Amino acid sequence: MTEFIWWVFAALAIGGAAGMVGGRNPVASLLSLVLTLFSLGVLFVLMQAHFIGVIQIIVYAGAIMVLFLFVIMLLNLGHDYRTDIRNVGWITVGSVLAGFMFWLIARTFLEFEELAVSGPGVLPEAAAEEHGVVGAIAMTLFDEYVVGFELVALLLLAAIIGAMLLAKRRV
Amino acid sequence: MLTESLVLSGVLFSIGVAGVMIRRNAIILFMCIELMLNAVNLAFIALAQQIGIEGHVFVFFVMTVAAAEAAVGLAIIISIFRLFETVDIRNFNLLRW
Repeated sequence: MTEFIWWVFAALAIGGAAGMVGGRNPVASLLSLVLTLFSLGVLFVLMQAHFIGVIQIIVYAGAIMVLFLFVIMLLNLGHDYRTDIRNVGWITVGSVLAGFMFWLIARTFLEFEELAVSGPGVLPEAAAEEHGVVGAIAMTLFDEYVVGFELVALLLLAAIIGAMLLAKRRV
Repeated sequence: MLTESLVLSGVLFSIGVAGVMIRRNAIILFMCIELMLNAVNLAFIALAQQIGIEGHVFVFFVMTVAAAEAAVGLAIIISIFRLFETVDIRNFNLLRW
């Protein structure tokens, strides 16, 4: 049953991504992307990442996508049905490049055991049994990666100020 | 599920790359970049099952950086739209040559 759900949502994710790249209307593209992000959230839950799955749906499919939708509607691009897909030359180059990228990724993933720099650490399931689903991430985040956490806080502050300044000023 | 997840991650990333190449709408280019970030997140989560919970923490960081990037990027797009009245990237040639 789990496997069946996995395949359904994997297909939905790919369909949504293709719909986003192919869609003419920016709003339709964005809704396809929301479908992809939601499906990825379900896949995360199926892969023992319950907290990240919920965050994915609330923050990504919710907050960030609403920001995109807000900008599309603010700039009134929802009625823009002129196609913005490039000509055949660009499509050929883009597809070849994407195929090459896929080949590189597949090659890297196939030999990932040789690339792993550290051995198996605490596995998600074991950590969740010990500290709970949220606690497992919190223990790692506030223990080993607390410097990164603080830097991310600074980055968010800089992004807030930068976004306000950029959107206010006339270039 | 590990191999299938990694293949799905590669497929989604490649669709994102193709989207960046063939679209001209700046907002859709941004959405393609978000798709690529999410493909990377999927690979992190899939590998975390074998390598350790650190993968989840990195997904957390990626999401934060993506939120910051979306906020600043959309502010830039609004700013550019005020100047050119369009989001078609063919018109953005101020720094081109």
